[in-house]
Amino acid sequence: MKTTTDNSGDVRLTQIGKRYGAFTAVHPLDLTVPEGSFFALLGASGCGKTTTLRMIAGLEEPSQGAVHLGDQDVTHLPPYKRPVNTVFQSYALFPHLDIFENVAFGLRRRGIKSVKKQVEEMLDLVQLGEQARKKPHQLSGGQQQRVAVARALINHPKVLLLDEPLGALDLKLRRQMQLELKRIQTEVGITFVHVTHDQEEAMTMADTVAVMNAGRVEQLGSPTDLYENPRTTFVANFLGTSNFIEADVDFKTGDEIALNAGGGKLFLPVARCSAPAASGGKVLVGVRPEKISLTHADDAGEIPEGRNRITGRIADSSFIGVSTQYVIDSPVCSGFEVYAQNVDRDPRLTPGAEVVLHWNPAHTFGLDAAQDADAGVESVEEDAA
Amino acid sequence: MSAATEAPPPLAPTAPEKKPPRKRGRLTPYWLLLPGILWLVVFFALPLVYQASTSVQTGSLEQGYKVTWHFATYWDALSEYWPQFLRSVLYAASATILCLLLGYPLAYLIAFRAGRWRNLIMILVIAPFFTSFLIRTLAWKTILADGGPVVGALNTLHLLDVTNWLGWTAGDRVLATPLAVVCGLTYNFLPFMILPLYTSLERIDGRLHEAAGDLYARPWTTFRKVTFPLSMPGVVSGTLLTFIPAAGDYVNADLLGSTDTRMVGNVIQSQFLRILDYPTAAALSFILMAAILAMVTVYIRRSGTEDLV
Amino acid sequence: MPFVNWLKRHLVVIAGLFTLGYLLLPNVVVTVFSFNKPKGRFNYEWQQFSTDAWKDPCGVAGMCGSLSLSLQIAVWATLGATVLGTMIAFALVRYRFRARGAVNSLIFLPMAMPEVVMAASLLTLFLNMGAQLGFWTILIAHIMFCLSFVVTAVKARVMSMDPRLEQAAQDLYAGPVQTFLRVTLPIAAPGIAAGALLAFALSFDDFIITNFNAGSTVTFPMFVWGSAQRGTPVQINVIGTAMFVVAVLFVLTSMVIGNRRNKQKA
Repeated sequence: MKTTTDNSGDVRLTQIGKRYGAFTAVHPLDLTVPEGSFFALLGASGCGKTTTLRMIAGLEEPSQGAVHLGDQDVTHLPPYKRPVNTVFQSYALFPHLDIFENVAFGLRRRGIKSVKKQVEEMLDLVQLGEQARKKPHQLSGGQQQRVAVARALINHPKVLLLDEPLGALDLKLRRQMQLELKRIQTEVGITFVHVTHDQEEAMTMADTVAVMNAGRVEQLGSPTDLYENPRTTFVANFLGTSNFIEADVDFKTGDEIALNAGGGKLFLPVARCSAPAASGGKVLVGVRPEKISLTHADDAGEIPEGRNRITGRIADSSFIGVSTQYVIDSPVCSGFEVYAQNVDRDPRLTPGAEVVLHWNPAHTFGLDAAQDADAGVESVEEDAA
Repeated sequence: MSAATEAPPPLAPTAPEKKPPRKRGRLTPYWLLLPGILWLVVFFALPLVYQASTSVQTGSLEQGYKVTWHFATYWDALSEYWPQFLRSVLYAASATILCLLLGYPLAYLIAFRAGRWRNLIMILVIAPFFTSFLIRTLAWKTILADGGPVVGALNTLHLLDVTNWLGWTAGDRVLATPLAVVCGLTYNFLPFMILPLYTSLERIDGRLHEAAGDLYARPWTTFRKVTFPLSMPGVVSGTLLTFIPAAGDYVNADLLGSTDTRMVGNVIQSQFLRILDYPTAAALSFILMAAILAMVTVYIRRSGTEDLV
Repeated sequence: MPFVNWLKRHLVVIAGLFTLGYLLLPNVVVTVFSFNKPKGRFNYEWQQFSTDAWKDPCGVAGMCGSLSLSLQIAVWATLGATVLGTMIAFALVRYRFRARGAVNSLIFLPMAMPEVVMAASLLTLFLNMGAQLGFWTILIAHIMFCLSFVVTAVKARVMSMDPRLEQAAQDLYAGPVQTFLRVTLPIAAPGIAAGALLAFALSFDDFIITNFNAGSTVTFPMFVWGSAQRGTPVQINVIGTAMFVVAVLFVLTSMVIGNRRNKQKA
């Protein structure tokens, strides 16, 4: 179809936004998806991720801003003129056409006569060579999903858009397809933009993840970066679980901030604090549950120096095989979560026991205290249900 | 069967109304079916048998009729009334095609483009049903009246010349011509086309349109390759619901047509109610039924709807 | 060029609205001509504005009588067809039994049969039996052809109903009668109502079958038919207009009430 003269195939969104009357689905945002990358838009339902994807596909007209594919401005091109293809949520396979014709659809529309070889190769790539003459409803969910991928990929789009492609599959199949999609992406080298509400899915598959919330991109980065250095409570809670303690800034040394939380002292690396921590101000101190060690109060003396520590009492514990999850009430924070690997279990750590929680200060991150510490918590539970 | 005809089921039965399957017995479904099915057997199926037998009787009104297996009645009826049969098929087919052409855009509009107007338009499609169709058909006499606005407009656009040449109209008139009859038939059965079309269009997943667009199909191609094939069940049932009653209709031909536009329904009606030649009337009615059933069967086979999901 | 583009994009809407106009034009004409004061016997040409007919809707001999007869027949036919049809629909959806295919065909055939064929054959039956044509033969005929439509409407609704709802009711201590009255019937009610409404409309407006089997009895459609030969009184248009307005108002109110209820629930 359209070929751009340059070889750069980045997807660039400039100040793109979408309003429906008074409701703003997507606030103006800038985003660049590098060519050949696996990019995920992650967020709860209604956060604007699908709208963003549909604006790239041309299925939704942006209220403002521009979409570029490489050098080509495609903002006002209808979908059938864009070198972009979509794997739709629940696939949207044509029920009146067989698998072969579904996959051949795009080629035929572009006037390509001999499609047989290409379609067969594509069906082999997704391991469906045998099913070519079946109708979509005769296939299983996982097979339909692969047809949808094949139908889009056969057109060699500049970008492949995936709208919750695994949402309709059960957990086991979803895991399998995650790896499968990743394999296909590596094999064909096409840019994938993937919309999902499943943080695990995004982290497993994508090179870069953009976390969206209420029509805005909250944070953009690699999965590790997002997990280790969340810059908002929403990101910290949406990706995994986080514990927060509200603390007062005591003083700042070169690369560490000293904090005061309920009488105890905590340290936080300056580099990992995204809030302007001035003396006398407040900071939300965050730490991931798996970074924390638990020691019975009687053995508090054995804890090495230089670790952040707070005291508390075990409120609840649940054994889940590889680890035990504790909920701890402490004066500075109730409902503190701790995941302990089941290596050497201390039999005294039962509900009611007094304990000391301690962790390496390097694993602490600091956030602006002005925000809601529970942002993004509920939506995670909803999606898991 | 004859016993049942002597004691027809009570009208508006009150006793066994909607008894729940109390004794989950195997007989329950039969009890539920019995009154209604009996009704259909006695007043629908049995009459067809009577009619078949009447069609091979000879005799006269005064001396009574006897079954003489006189199949020549069929031959005579066909050779005398084939123009009316042909007309019925032609008019009904034209009306069906017009209904499809007119009805599809409206059904599409309601299904995909109407938004919050959907319910209102739906009501406007159905509401005319509540005014007696005869009154509405008579209104076409006014609309198509000689020297009226429609005739005037057709004249100015020189369309009357075209329709005259095609033999649809005659001279400066639309009324009392085939065009008027087909126009009335189209009007009367249009909702029977629109409703099934709407039902099947409405079922189409909107994402399929998007998917087609995403796969390089322009809007018109999307319609041809996706929307229309998926609406085939509606097209098939709509055309049947239009064609069948139109082929047997005699009201439009009578009110809007002339003696030159008589359809087979008119013949059956006058044979039965005025001339009182029962064997001929029964034979004509039987031929009409057989022809329509045959056409419907072939049509359903050919359109291959059973192949659709 | 922008105009051509606009036209292209809205072609479907324009064509659809044209069809809607085609459908509604006769109703407009009927309404307008209910205020006419025709010169001759026929009300086909506009003469002058008058509300005479509206002031005296029953001023034509026999018309209001035929109207009330049509209403009576429609009510009884609806009742009969709805009861019988609902029973058949339940049997078809909820039970397995022999001769199912035959029953289905028997339901389907009346809908695939030209009315004139049914009308003529039924008349043959009545003539053979020496039955007196009139109210009862009309009613019998109407129940017969409405039945299939009721079955279809109710069946669609009952089929889309989750059978586990009934199992759940039985699990919660409802006996078969209770289950039917408290769960099955309320859920099937919209389908039954739709079937009944359809039956009423079909019966009230039927002409062809009635024409064959009415003898000398005159229903409203037959009155209209007769007047088309003898002379059309303006009152016919008054009745037609009133029926249209009542129907639209009825549907609109039920929609508004439905919306309100939904909002209250939400």
